[in-house]
Amino acid sequence: MQIIKDKQIIDDRWSYVADDAELKNGDISVSLARWKKDKQLLLKSDSKIGVRIGPADSVEDIVADLKDIQLIELDFPAFADGRIFSHAWLLRGRYNYQGEIRATGHFMPDQVFYLSRVGVNAFSLEKTEDLPVALSTLNDFSVNYQKSIH
Amino acid sequence: MYQYNNHDQTLIEQRVAQFRRQTESFLKGQISDDQFRALRLMNGLYVQTHAPMLRIAGPYGLFNSKQIRKLAHIARTYDKNYCHFTTRQNVQFNWPQLEQVPDILEELASVQMHAIQTSGNCLRNTSSDHLAGVCIDEIEDPRPYCEIIRQWTTLHPEFAYLPRKFKIAVSGAQHDRAATQLHDIGLHLVKNDAGEIGFRVLVGGGLGRTPIIGQVIKPYLDKKHLLSYLEAILRIYNLFGRRDNKYKARIKILVKESGMEKFSELVEKEWLLIRDDLELSTDRIDAIKTQFTPPAYETDAGQDTGFAQRQLENKAFATWVKYNTVDHKIPGYRAAFLSLKAPDSPPGDMTDAQLDAVADLADRYSFGEIRSTHRQNLILADVKQADLFPLWQQLDALKLATPNIGTATDMICCPGLDFCSLANASSISVAKEINDALDDLDYLHDIGDVKINMSGCMNGCAHQSVGHIGILGVDKKGAEWYQLTLGGSSENEAAIGERLGPAVAKDQVTKAITTILDVYIEQRLDDESFLDMVKRVGITPFKEQVYANN
Repeated sequence: MQIIKDKQIIDDRWSYVADDAELKNGDISVSLARWKKDKQLLLKSDSKIGVRIGPADSVEDIVADLKDIQLIELDFPAFADGRIFSHAWLLRGRYNYQGEIRATGHFMPDQVFYLSRVGVNAFSLEKTEDLPVALSTLNDFSVNYQKSIH
Repeated sequence: MYQYNNHDQTLIEQRVAQFRRQTESFLKGQISDDQFRALRLMNGLYVQTHAPMLRIAGPYGLFNSKQIRKLAHIARTYDKNYCHFTTRQNVQFNWPQLEQVPDILEELASVQMHAIQTSGNCLRNTSSDHLAGVCIDEIEDPRPYCEIIRQWTTLHPEFAYLPRKFKIAVSGAQHDRAATQLHDIGLHLVKNDAGEIGFRVLVGGGLGRTPIIGQVIKPYLDKKHLLSYLEAILRIYNLFGRRDNKYKARIKILVKESGMEKFSELVEKEWLLIRDDLELSTDRIDAIKTQFTPPAYETDAGQDTGFAQRQLENKAFATWVKYNTVDHKIPGYRAAFLSLKAPDSPPGDMTDAQLDAVADLADRYSFGEIRSTHRQNLILADVKQADLFPLWQQLDALKLATPNIGTATDMICCPGLDFCSLANASSISVAKEINDALDDLDYLHDIGDVKINMSGCMNGCAHQSVGHIGILGVDKKGAEWYQLTLGGSSENEAAIGERLGPAVAKDQVTKAITTILDVYIEQRLDDESFLDMVKRVGITPFKEQVYANN
């Protein structure tokens, strides 16, 4: 599947493992609950590990583990849930997370610009045909008024 | 007034291009109704009963004559020759075509105007005191801080999808003319014990279905911390505000449910982590202040004697001066209100011809600047007293000189059922009926300061809950009924009005209002205002008379 990462459309190898599914090889992401439950097991594997966070989760719950996590997926249940934007800002601005932050779930191509400003650097869109337009929105503004991550 | 630099201009032009693309995508069916709804609302575009409604920002109520002429042009070209001024100092067009909205925005951008964040669940237009910089009771001019906040809020990436809308108002005077206690955040410029000026910060005020008066969260905040403190409040609200029920999603509910102590602890903790990084430098404040330096006032304006003479000779002029002008900090100048509450015109509405004429008057008499007020009137803020007579004559010819500012016919009124798809009842027709019943100016002036606010539904756009007399339209089995409240206020001693009794039928509203005013005239003490009397006697004497026949 293709996604946008660091302002390019690329093929993506990560897969999300649902809470009730078996862990598998390869780069996988899991829910915050699964991460908490199976952390030791996950850390033993050779794969890269990602954690998926929803708007109601608290990023403070994974702050201590950030060095072990290569991907954080911020998952939109609905595009209007703006908590995701603050989660991204906190991860980058306060906790200095350097890995990939990816927006997933139900968000709009037109939110990609603001998401990139608060530190999200990868976007898995609901419809892959929206990738080019989402990529182009990153150039919507050449100026801004406030300090954020970018 | 603030003039855009290249940075500001680039930003609004890029926003127009972005909205044009979004509109085209929607018209091609590439984005859903629901998604476009969020995008268009953040650009002030509603879908209303008859047509879209476009709300344009009046940044803290300031306009120049060029901008007012542009509004006239838009009214003529894209609408039905009029526009409507709102309680938050914005301007609304009720009849634009969706396809033409990007063109309208392009026209606006050419005169440094926009519709950014005039609607939607985001940071809205910042409002302020309509007498900022000219009033006699000012601690400090709030406009530079309004502009700093305007810039900070504009396209803020983190706070564009809040639980609900978010409104900030700033006041720099002793007398609160900006209803700051009824905003999500209210800021008052205050002096501390050391004589320094900073902000008293209020949070959690708001109107609508659950009117609540804001509480002080920070008695004194250094100016340099303004943006970090706002950001801390917004981050806590964005993370913890309720999103499960839109009627419980405003920050006032978060403050109420968590309790002020807990809420302010969260804000304080967040603020301490970010404040050093977001300091507002003195240089930055000073640079913005240079955009609000006073105009070139004439030093001998107070020596004119014709002004006093004209008032002696012409009673109508004297009456207008008394009701529609106020003192100015510079001797020989006054601020003149243009009443948008003429008897035969919907409250807050202006035609294209009036707009053009007012732009000319502003150029001639008030340094080319026009302001909109929280009570839906306009102001020429810097008029020489010697110019007031010719100004009055011309305003009179334009039907903008009804001497009713601050009186019972200076009603705040929403568009109601006539235009708004949310409304349960009409307001414009009821306002007209009340206006007709109070057409005797001597009677009106005898009643004095009475603020009547009327909304056509619970959303309360016309702030009925803080009207001295509030009128709220409700739907009862398909019929329009009206609930009355007494004793509300949005000024220094802010209060939520008390419900008078059961709702009254549409044809009984005017009778109820005149009955209330008659009770006041009969039972008031010497020089006692309507609001003071309601505070003294409560609602019972009014209730007894209004419901006497039931």
